[in-house]
Parts: sequence; structure tokens; C-alpha cells
Amino acid sequence: MSATTDRTPDPAHTPGAATSTESRDSVRSRRAARPRRARQLDSTALIYLVLVGVVIVSAVLTALEGRNFFSQGNIWAVLTAMSVLGLIAIGQTLVILVGSLDLSVPYVVSLATVIAAGGMQGLDGNIPAAVFNTLVVCAVVGLVMGLLVSVLHVHGFIASLGVGLIVSGYLATNYQGSHGSAAPDLRLLGRSGIAGWIPTSFLVLLACAVLVTLMLRYTRLGHHVYAIGGNRDVARMSGVRTVLPVVSAHVLCSVLVGLAALLLLSRTGVGSPTIGSQGRYDLLSIAAVVLGGTLLAGGKGSVVGTMGGVAIFAVLDSVMGVMQVNPFLKDFIRGLVIVLAVAVYARRSVVRRPPRFGSGSRSSLPGSTMKEGTA
Amino acid sequence: MSTATSSPAASQPEASTTGRTLPLTEGSLPQRVLRGALTPGGAVFILLAVLFIAVVWVNPSFGEPPQLIRFIGRTAPIAIAAMGQYYVIVAGEFDLSMGAVIATQVVIAGNYIGDDESRVLPAIALMLLIGVVVGIVNGLGTTILQVPSFIVTLGTMLALGGLVRYLTGGAATGNPVDTFREIGRGGIENVPVLDVLPYSVIILVLVAAASVWLMRSPFGRTLIAAGDNPDAAGLAGAKVWWVKTRAFILSSVSATIAGILLVGYAGVHPSVGAGYEFQAITAVVLGGVVLGGGRGWVLSAAAGAFALELLFSFLNFQEVESTWRNTVQGVIIIVAVAAAARAWNLGRRPPSRSVPAAPAPSPTTAHPGTETGEN
Repeated sequence: MSATTDRTPDPAHTPGAATSTESRDSVRSRRAARPRRARQLDSTALIYLVLVGVVIVSAVLTALEGRNFFSQGNIWAVLTAMSVLGLIAIGQTLVILVGSLDLSVPYVVSLATVIAAGGMQGLDGNIPAAVFNTLVVCAVVGLVMGLLVSVLHVHGFIASLGVGLIVSGYLATNYQGSHGSAAPDLRLLGRSGIAGWIPTSFLVLLACAVLVTLMLRYTRLGHHVYAIGGNRDVARMSGVRTVLPVVSAHVLCSVLVGLAALLLLSRTGVGSPTIGSQGRYDLLSIAAVVLGGTLLAGGKGSVVGTMGGVAIFAVLDSVMGVMQVNPFLKDFIRGLVIVLAVAVYARRSVVRRPPRFGSGSRSSLPGSTMKEGTA
Repeated sequence: MSTATSSPAASQPEASTTGRTLPLTEGSLPQRVLRGALTPGGAVFILLAVLFIAVVWVNPSFGEPPQLIRFIGRTAPIAIAAMGQYYVIVAGEFDLSMGAVIATQVVIAGNYIGDDESRVLPAIALMLLIGVVVGIVNGLGTTILQVPSFIVTLGTMLALGGLVRYLTGGAATGNPVDTFREIGRGGIENVPVLDVLPYSVIILVLVAAASVWLMRSPFGRTLIAAGDNPDAAGLAGAKVWWVKTRAFILSSVSATIAGILLVGYAGVHPSVGAGYEFQAITAVVLGGVVLGGGRGWVLSAAAGAFALELLFSFLNFQEVESTWRNTVQGVIIIVAVAAAARAWNLGRRPPSRSVPAAPAPSPTTAHPGTETGEN
């Protein structure tokens, strides 16, 4: 599964055929240096290997502190920590795959918690309406970004940063401090789970991940997302309508962010206009997506990989929590991990790319791979 | 080289095949100035003039030389940061580490210098050195390791910011001697018309002059070429990695200079410089510089910073709540980029539609990353 989700759907080139083109020589020398087993690994498998490594190291470090990493409480905590960032990262994956970017995430999270909590006012009866309103508002925000990117051709970076700033200005002006309160049933949802091991929020995350993966692999929309992310002009000239997938990706992303905000609300109990920016969800979700092997330039990657990236962050956070690392030092370590992991990784995915196009000379040109690594 | 120039056929100008001179180089000087003013890089100066008139209209005393020169002095740090960010953006990259670099420098100034006046010069040397090192790390990570610059600089931002907060405990520490702070807030007294000439204005003018000289030097030309099309620049013999690395060094050094100036205004606190990276990017974008590289003038970036600050002053005089600042900033960058996406085509190059839309000339053009290089 991971072997195919990882690249743009391209029936003409199976992995086997790709390596047998004339580009073989340039790739072979690099591959020869690696053991046979590693040669078969694609980026998604790699990220999960890294995850296993991180888990083992974390388990050892946790054990050194006299605690059990695989204890019920800890697993619960890690999975809960995964759920919010995970949902956001799934949305971010969609947006990045289509060649855009979403920096508005933290502000949309804050907006969603405030609207949902304000709508519920602590009453169970208000849940459906409040949830509906929240998701609609998020969808509208996503729609605006999608239209800016697809119709007005504003760079995704700027469109989302701009929309995010607009929302943040609105939040700062109209909300001071916490606002509203979550309904009891929603709070219960935040604490419920299966057998005390798997929180419901994680199940929500899993369901969304599966749905989005299915969407990307088996629907026309999903294939168009990859095509547009790969090269918007070529996709357009091939007869793909570029507006709809870009807009859908942004709308889906914002709705997923809204869902994440609801999960967050189920834990905090009150809406907060700053909760998103405190969580740094924009940059962390992008980092998780890139860590998961998705090209920041778009067109290549998978939700499965992203989940691996999110899991790595969650495990790291957990072990740093157990070891009582200074919260400021956590940022330092996170930054280090991001750069190191992506450094190992970005090289690899760039090297693996050229065979798809059957032109070996390009891969050896200086700078020809440069642009792929940049955003 | 066909692989380099024939990419997205509809949007890339084919100046060499049309055999025409570029419009900017023909016609008399007034004609060229007029045409230049129609590009986003020139339009920002018109915007600046309009905003200036508006502010003076609201508050006539703003137009008096002493007031004005103080305003320029206050805006100098962000303008210098914007010019630094310009190098990176015109090379097709991002530098998100700017705010963290400023915070680092401010904290170093506060803690290393202290009350010891003899340490001022060594401290400045140390800060510049650190700026250069951060730039080299960012640059080499982006070019040699081929990690997207967004991720590298995000990593250095988290790492540096975390480290600084960890070392200071997140609180204001240290207080540099007054002679050092004079660089930021002092000036030459008793100047005829201006009353006082702030050092920051002098530094700004020096930096601006150096920037113009740099961008007219071979380095600047290569930088723009590398940002426009790294493949072509590489094939033409430019050392793309070294040029881009130097751009990152210039960016970090600019952040350092901005930090030195900011010490004069703000206290020594690790949160000084927070959000500077996005403000600098906003200013650069407002100056009509295209994200993705290859288009834009360095002075337009500085003009963008001034326009932004003028707009904020205008809103202040209109007694708009300062919390709306973000919203205004968001609207501006979206409008500026949407306008720029169209307007660069007006003054600069032959209409690209005249180039027959060759149906995806060769499969090699379909390489992701070129798409995000466009806007």
C-alpha cells in the first residue's frame, strides 16, 4: 500500500520499469552503497522505521526514569496528543499535495473553538447546531483561501497567511480571554475511549485518515490533486480543471482543522482565542507533513506518511514530558529533529524522483534537483 | 537548454526566441520610469506617496522634518530586515529564522555587554559572526542538504528561539550599557533642519546603498537568475548553492543589524523580534517582490516596509483599534500579491500568450517545484 500511495498515480511506470530506464546509472551508484534491504524501502516505510526507532529510544529513556512507556496511561496520552495535530496534518497534507500551503491553521483552530464553545454555552442541546456552525465557518474560510489560490493565483503561502492574519485580527478585537464553554457530552467524548487504551479522538483521526487516503487513491478528485500538485500548467493542459481540486483541498483542510478544534475543545472545555497560536499548529503540522515524506512543493506524498510524522512528534513530546525537559529546550530539540530528519530524507526523495521521467541526464545536472527541494 | 527554458510554456517568457529587447530597456528615461512605476516594484513607491499624503492630511505635524526623520528611524529595523529577507525571497527561498536571530542577538547584547563599555565593539563583532553562522547553516541546509528552506529556517527558528528562551528562562535579562543602546535610539544632535539625525537612519541609508550596489554587482544578477530558474543559472555556470547561501548570510546579518537597532528601542527580552519574519515577508511582498524568486527590486522591499508602517500610523491616527492591525496586514498582502501576479506581465515582458502553448514539450518539464517557483 505504502509503495503506491507515495507517488503520483502513473500507470506507465511501475517502480520496476522506472529503475530500468537509462537513468539507472546515476541512481545505481548511490543505491549500490546501500544494503539490499534498504533499496526496497520507500519513504513511507522509512518514516515508520524511524518511528520504531524513536519509540524504542523513548521506551528506553522512559524506563531509565523508572516509568513504563507502554503503560496504559502513557499510550492514551500519546494517542490523544496525536489526534489534534494529526487531523490538522491530514488537512495540511491535502493542501501541500495540491501545491499550496496553509498557514492560517492556528487562527482557524482558535476561531473554531471560540465559535463552538460560544454556540454550546455548556448545553448538550446546542451541540448539533454549534458543531454545524463551526464546520461551516471553517469551510468558508477554506473556500476563501481556495478561491484566492486557484482563481486569483495568489501564492498559497500568502493567501493563507493573509487570511490567517485577518482572522487573528478579528479574534483579537472581539474576544478577550476564554469564551463560552463546551457541552458536557462533548467533554465526555474527550475522556471516552476503548478499554482505556485508545481514546475516541484517536478513532476520529483514524477514520479521517482512512477516508482521505481512499479519496486520494480511488477518486478522480484525489488523482487530480496529485496532478495539479505535480505541475499545475501541465495538469491544466491535460484537461484537468484546476480550480475544483485546489478549492476542495483547502475546504477539506479547514474543515479538518475545525474538527481538530472540536477535539481540542472537548479537552479544554472553553474556547480560547489564542489556543491555536500557542500550539504552533501551522509550523508543526507542516513539519509533520514534510517529515512524513510529502514534498513541500506538492504532487508527491501520502497521508500514511504524515501519520508517521505526527506519531514521531507525539512520542518525542511524551518522552520529553516524562524526562521533564525544560519547555523551552523542547523547541530546540524539535527544531533539531525536524532539520536532521528532513535532511536525511529530502535528499533521498529527490534522488528517487528522476526515474519517473526517464531522463537520466537531468538528475546529474547541478541545481536541477535544487528547485524540487525548495518551496 | 530546452529542459530549462521550455518549462511551463504558457507562463515562461521566451525572450531569446522572440528576438525582442526587453521593454524595460527601450525608450527614453521618462518612458522607462513610467513603465517601471506600473510594475508592482514601482507601484509601491506610488502607494508610499499616497499613504504619506494621507497621513499628513490627518496629522499635519507628521510632515515636519524632525517628526518624519524619527519615523524613518523607528522604521529602519523593519526596513533593514525586509531588505535582508528580499535577498532570500528573490532567490526563491524563505527565511523564517529572522525573528529568532533578532531575539538571539538582543539577548547576547544584553548579557555579554552588560555594563562594560569596552565590550561594545567585540559584542558587535560576535553578533555579526553569529549572524553569519546562522546564515551559513540555513544556506547549506537548503542548498547542499536540499531540505526546503521553509523547513530549514523553521528548524533554526525553533532551535534558536528555544535555546534563547531556555538560557534566559523566558524573562528579560541583562541590560546593555547606554552607549550600545545609543546606536538604536540616539543620533547626531543639532542638525540644521532635522533637529536630530538618528544613527539608525544613517545605518539604513548605508545598508540601502550597499544593497543597491550588491544587486547591481555580478552577485545580484546571479542571485536573480538563480531565483528565476536555478536550472538555467546552474547550466550557465553559476554556483547556485553558493549564491543562495550568501543570500541567507545576508538575511541573517540584516536581522543582526535590525537586532542591534532594536536593542535601543525595546528592552532585552527574548520576545523582541517575534513575528518579524512574517512582517518582513509582508513588506517584501508589498514591495512587489514575487515569492518564488526572480522578480523584484531591493529598494521596493524597503519601500514596502515603510508603506506598511505608514499604514499602521494612519490607522493609529484614525483611532482604529490596534488589534485590527493583523487584519489590515492580511488584506494588504493578499491584495498586493493578487495585483502583482498580474502586473509584472505589463511592464516587463512580451505577452506570454503569443507563445504558442506547446503541448507539454517534453516529459522532463513535468517536474514539481517549477510550479511553485511561479506565482
